[in-house]
Amino acid sequence: MAFRLARASSQLARRAARGRYGDPRPWLLGSAPPVLLVSSPAAAVGGRRGFCSVRRFTAGDSSAAAAAAVSEDDETENGFTDGDQVLDFPGGKVSFEAEMNFLPESKAERINCYRVLDDDGQTISGSRFQEVSKEMARKMYSNMVTLQIMDTIFYEAQRQGRISFYLTSHGEEAINIASAAALSIEDLVLPQEFANQCFGNKMDYGKGRQMPIHYGSNRLNYFTVSSPIATQLPQAVGAAYSLKMDKKDACAITYFGDGGTSEGDFHAALNFAAVMEAPVIFFCRNNGWAISTPTTEQFRSDGVVVRGQAYGIRGIRVDGNDALAVYSAVHAAREMTITEGRPILVEALTYRVGHHSTSDDSTKYRPVDEIEHWRTARDPISRYRKWVQGNDWWSDAEESELRKTVRQELLQAIQVAERAPKPPVSELFTDVYDQIPSNLHEQEQLLRDTIMKHPADYPTDVPI
Amino acid sequence: MAAAASSSCTLRGVGAVASAKPRSAAAPAARSARVAAAAKGPARGRLVARNAVAVTPRRMRRPRRLDPSQAALREGLIEEMKSDPTVCVMGEDVGHYGGSYKVTKGLAEMFGDLRVLDTPIAENSFTGMGIGAAMKGLRPIVEGMNMGFLLLAYNQISNNCGMLHYTSGGQFKIPVVIRGPGGVGRQLGAEHSQRLESYFQSIPGLQMVACSTPYNAKGLMKAAIRSENPVVLFEHVLLYNLKEKIPDEEYICCLEVAEMVRPGEHVTILTYSRMRYHVMQAAKTLVNKGYDPEVIDIRSLKPFDLHTIGNSIKKTHRVLIVEECMRTGGIGASLRSAIIDNFWDYLDAPIMCLSSQDVPTPYAGTLEDATVVQPAQIVAAVEQICQ
Repeated sequence: MAFRLARASSQLARRAARGRYGDPRPWLLGSAPPVLLVSSPAAAVGGRRGFCSVRRFTAGDSSAAAAAAVSEDDETENGFTDGDQVLDFPGGKVSFEAEMNFLPESKAERINCYRVLDDDGQTISGSRFQEVSKEMARKMYSNMVTLQIMDTIFYEAQRQGRISFYLTSHGEEAINIASAAALSIEDLVLPQEFANQCFGNKMDYGKGRQMPIHYGSNRLNYFTVSSPIATQLPQAVGAAYSLKMDKKDACAITYFGDGGTSEGDFHAALNFAAVMEAPVIFFCRNNGWAISTPTTEQFRSDGVVVRGQAYGIRGIRVDGNDALAVYSAVHAAREMTITEGRPILVEALTYRVGHHSTSDDSTKYRPVDEIEHWRTARDPISRYRKWVQGNDWWSDAEESELRKTVRQELLQAIQVAERAPKPPVSELFTDVYDQIPSNLHEQEQLLRDTIMKHPADYPTDVPI
Repeated sequence: MAAAASSSCTLRGVGAVASAKPRSAAAPAARSARVAAAAKGPARGRLVARNAVAVTPRRMRRPRRLDPSQAALREGLIEEMKSDPTVCVMGEDVGHYGGSYKVTKGLAEMFGDLRVLDTPIAENSFTGMGIGAAMKGLRPIVEGMNMGFLLLAYNQISNNCGMLHYTSGGQFKIPVVIRGPGGVGRQLGAEHSQRLESYFQSIPGLQMVACSTPYNAKGLMKAAIRSENPVVLFEHVLLYNLKEKIPDEEYICCLEVAEMVRPGEHVTILTYSRMRYHVMQAAKTLVNKGYDPEVIDIRSLKPFDLHTIGNSIKKTHRVLIVEECMRTGGIGASLRSAIIDNFWDYLDAPIMCLSSQDVPTPYAGTLEDATVVQPAQIVAAVEQICQ
């Protein structure tokens, strides 16, 4: 059978660029626009590249420059040679087979989970993880404790009617702190600023405009939280795109839950990040529940990590209640995003110990003993504490001292925040645009006039 | 003096503004402050900004060549991309394909395929991506292949683009430009004939402008890119091939200012985008019949330039709005309401508004024509108003 095998479209594009275009196949005419796809010389990591071997953006900006840097080696592209049973459609070569085989809906076994510490806080023998210094280990631990106490106190404050809303991260302290610690040496928990945001007072960076825990800080490179689910994922890709344009030695990271992976934005963001080779870490906190929807009703795939492959993204599943595992995984992910210019998907398995928010009572849809089990026996903080104390880096005395100090500091922060004045009414109209336009000036004037005419109907402690 | 006068005025809003001298003194300064603030970068840009505010567009230009609108838009893009490396373009097929209406043709070769980014098909997501990039300091221009598809991006545009500057307390700015062709074309069917200005006009934090000529297309594109606020630039599918001479020297058009197309005495006709041409065609007939219409292309859909509009109404006392939006909830509806709020005392006749019917745009040519306001209707409306 004289079946002359043509090359993959990427190779043909390169040949066209080199002007050595031989035998045009019909399927090539009017095919994809002449984006010149170039093999990146530095792309192969630890062995043969998979079939998605084309890289889009080279070090140079211009695609004309990229065309000049084509690889001459196209003999064993993808490992195929002439004579294999191969088809070449747009997208690359595929082997064909005469038997009809459907891909199974899931693999026989679930993807394994990376874990370093066992339930007693002992490192598992043979485990490999990123070393942490004593200072870093202690810092991580005290931040986790601070977060836990903060959640407890602010939850109580909401129940007392002092703030309108709160959402805890009980059970996920390791995810929050360890992942952030792998990215930054900055302070990770700022009690007073946090309290100011929850109370929406004058010192809030957000000027009292967002509901509690929807904070943000330009200084700390933390985009203001926005309520709609998963809208932050494409924004993270945009931020990564910006870092890529500026050729910065940095990556973006974005967090979302198991529920967020059902949103359209999740799929598009992962797809975009893969195609654009954006340096972004997609961190999924798979805590088993999206308000009252368990993961069995959220998706039918083996969790979230397998979806990375669907988009051509490398991923890892990690024990989210193991602070060291999370730290190591994010540390490695960061390296990969920056040096290889690719997105990474991290799925951290964990359990949402608290209710979804102060508007939820999760005992209505899940058993109380299940919650208790995860709150006590599987608590990430006490597990990590055992490891830190096992290294003689922490003691019981320091524990009680820390908890006492933190509690005082937080209560103090709440009191200060509560007593602080609210933003003045003028802040209702600023920052809608860069400068206040005339229609908003009028509306502000109208509001002022109304308040001045009917002062009894408006709170006295809000300055005009 | 300006501040004292406006606060003691009993007339609400821009009515007071248009009548009292302080406002007319304040307005150009305010406008040039906005434009000047927006015009960062080389001194050349700032200088032109001040000139652009004062200029009476047509008479002061040195005509250069005949440019179709899409080329004018492209020129504006290229000039801004050259002078500011943070400006980038993203959208479907904007790269080597050059965009479905060729507005970005050649840009990928000039600036590389990272700065002129082809995205997968997910409007919500590439708009979100543009917002994220803007929050990190870039100035993205997001192209919707057709405005109607940007309905998929509504979540990002409303909840994030419009809001994040506010909810972050001013910490993050979103200087994106969202643009694309909209309006009724030639038998493109209902989904490709949307007028999204109706849907977006309520979103706080957004600015909206509609271009209608090659001159204002380039000027508005440049101004939109330089603005620190998110701007939606409405182009029209049928206006890309209009040709006009535009100047060699750099210019921008102020985003908040309406354009006086034809001064007149008898009636103020407010319109924008493609309807401008139907109005001007009707104006020829009206002039022959002895009428003297004043035609204003409002250009700025959010906020309305009530200064220019108000001055016109005070002169003519009659208003006709001609739009392509649906009758319910369109730009005309809002404009009519704003005029009544501010200029009620100056009206000698009820405001008339000619709009499309509240129907999806049909495909059949005759039906499609019947759903768009035609010059004959405009003539009849003016005759009725001026009775």
